[in-house]
Amino acid sequence: MALFQHGALQPNNWRFVGDDAAIPADGPVTVSLKRWQSEGETLRGRNEAVGVRLKNDESPLSLGQVDLHRLAVIEVEFPKFTDGRAFSQARVLRDKLGYTGELRAIGTILRDQYFYMTRCGIDSVELPEGKPIDGYLAALKEFSAWYQPASDGRVTVLELRHAANANKKGGAALLSETVAAHSI
Amino acid sequence: MYRYDEFDATIVQERVQQFRGQVARRLAGELTEEQFRPLRLKNGLYLQLHAYMLRVAVPYGVLSSKQMRKLAFIARRYDRGFGHFTTRQNIQYNWPQLSEAADILEHLAEVEMHAIQTSGNCIRNVTADQFAGVAADEIEDPRIWGEIIRQWSTFHPEFSYLPRKFKIAVTGAPDDRAAVRVHDIGIRIVKNDAGEIGFEVLVGGGLGRTPIIGVVCRKFLPKQHLLSYLEAILRVYNLLGRRDNIYKARIKILVQATGGEKFAAMVEEEWEKIKDGPLYLPQAEIERIHSYFAPPAYETLPDNEPAFETAKLEHPDFARWARANTVRHRVPGYIIATVSLKPESGAPGDASADQMDLMADLADAFSLNEVRVTHHQNIVFPNLRKRDLYALWQRLKPVKLATPNLGFISDIIACPGLDYCSLANARSIPVAQRLSRHFSDPRKLEEVGELRLNISGCINACGHHHVGHIGILGVDKQGQEFYQVTLGGSSKDDASLGKIVGAAFSEDDIVPAIDTIVETYLANRTGRDERFLDTYRRIGIDPFKEALYGPVPARRPAAE
Repeated sequence: MALFQHGALQPNNWRFVGDDAAIPADGPVTVSLKRWQSEGETLRGRNEAVGVRLKNDESPLSLGQVDLHRLAVIEVEFPKFTDGRAFSQARVLRDKLGYTGELRAIGTILRDQYFYMTRCGIDSVELPEGKPIDGYLAALKEFSAWYQPASDGRVTVLELRHAANANKKGGAALLSETVAAHSI
Repeated sequence: MYRYDEFDATIVQERVQQFRGQVARRLAGELTEEQFRPLRLKNGLYLQLHAYMLRVAVPYGVLSSKQMRKLAFIARRYDRGFGHFTTRQNIQYNWPQLSEAADILEHLAEVEMHAIQTSGNCIRNVTADQFAGVAADEIEDPRIWGEIIRQWSTFHPEFSYLPRKFKIAVTGAPDDRAAVRVHDIGIRIVKNDAGEIGFEVLVGGGLGRTPIIGVVCRKFLPKQHLLSYLEAILRVYNLLGRRDNIYKARIKILVQATGGEKFAAMVEEEWEKIKDGPLYLPQAEIERIHSYFAPPAYETLPDNEPAFETAKLEHPDFARWARANTVRHRVPGYIIATVSLKPESGAPGDASADQMDLMADLADAFSLNEVRVTHHQNIVFPNLRKRDLYALWQRLKPVKLATPNLGFISDIIACPGLDYCSLANARSIPVAQRLSRHFSDPRKLEEVGELRLNISGCINACGHHHVGHIGILGVDKQGQEFYQVTLGGSSKDDASLGKIVGAAFSEDDIVPAIDTIVETYLANRTGRDERFLDTYRRIGIDPFKEALYGPVPARRPAAE
């Protein structure tokens, strides 16, 4: 699988290491929450990057705030595209726990959900090698205004309305400014 | 009513283009039907038995005359000349083509309408009291909160792939006309002991296979925290709601499994962390939305209108309709009338394009350009001068829109049933039609009085049979359509779920059975002011069982 990040498909050298497998000496790895909790000490001593893969039914809160900045990546899962738990896990990680590192979605990542993922604070997704990404890029531009605050810091309609009132600027001008601010 | 600004208009317009693209990708085979399904559903497009069905949102049931005319246009051009008003105050078209769906949305966008989130596992279009802003008993207008919730829930990035559908209803009056106790979240506008106005929030109600009355999640919520509190409930549900079994996936199952108090505590814990964040509603924003719903310029009129009184005396038919189909308006000299979409032999909730156009014209002539859709599938003229009521009635009567049966046994809620729906076990519409013919004498209807009869064609309960005073549920018995009858349900403040009266009836026996139930009520009631539901609650189910099936064998007292 490749990584779709910063608007392009990137090579992916991350490896998920199962609970029973030995941690390789080289290369970045992700492990389960359980393994991170039991072998965190050893893993933190590793010279290579370490991340955690959260299962769908695991609470991000159990990662504990102290540990978060030591993680190079947190992975959340979309085992089926209809299973939206990871949207909430992502928001809890960003908004409640203040996690600022890479937040990666794995599993079934459909173009029509990608924009929602970015709004929830997910900033990289796993995609099959060679997958055309035009649709994913286009999905980010389908809307130029958003009603609700989320984890991406996008300016909401409420804020735009307020600004339109304060600056006596037309809504259309403000809309094009926001779109420009969020293009990749 | 609410008017789109540039931001609302942009979002709805961009949605049309997005959906157009999704349909094109489906038709080109880039999306599988499985992948396309949730996308089309979130835009109200279902695949039914014979064709696609498009459900258009009517946020909190409010329609301008201009919008109503557009709905008529769509019925004519893209359907077979009809629209079907639903129990969620929306309208459905049963015969659109997939390739034309985006064009319909474009027409809707011209009049500030859409089909966003009228289906799918997301926060559905919000519903409210159809008498909002005009009801005499109202504490505060629920439309303001309906609009605030509409905006917050539209394309909510976190809550668009919930375990299951999610319905929110708001009422601003103590007399609950929005059935808030049988919604995933019910919001009651209340006044607390300190005289402040806020919300009582109910959670975990619903019908379907497991009907449950909602429980109080918070007794009093200050207004400015509404969205953060809703977000907290939805987050707990999205993370913990079951996804392994579609029949156990609604929030009601989670609330029951967790326990109401514990669930409320979990919500509270989540809410504490976000209540003062960006979802906090500034007073200025509440007032801005409020200003859209400012009362229209009412005339100063005497409450007692001699012309109205005279018309009633001279025209008993009109008087009967006025008695059954109108309620008090909060402004003197005005009145609220409900047009019944349940004429004799009609399909409940259906209106023809011509009828829609006429209602639009009448709204312009008499009701300050506005109508409302009710969850009982009728249409309200909210702002009538009493002196105009007779003229309105005269125009309604020739087109079968003056049936004097509001709240009576023939004012039936029915789902589309096996005539249209791929989930149904039995037909609903023909049963409703036969009942409406059996109970067509207006004198008899008035004699029987308030009696809510609801029909669902399957256990999913779209026809709300559990909360009908009399409920009819279509079941399949070895390939035959049968009808199970429940008694004693209510969706009002005294919400209750109906009890099954006994073995199901065949298609031929169902109308006589309902007749027997009505006659049993008439024989047992203490007087005309004891409604069917009150009599049932007083005498219990046994007299009805006996009348239907013969003597009930003596039973040991039921263990409580």
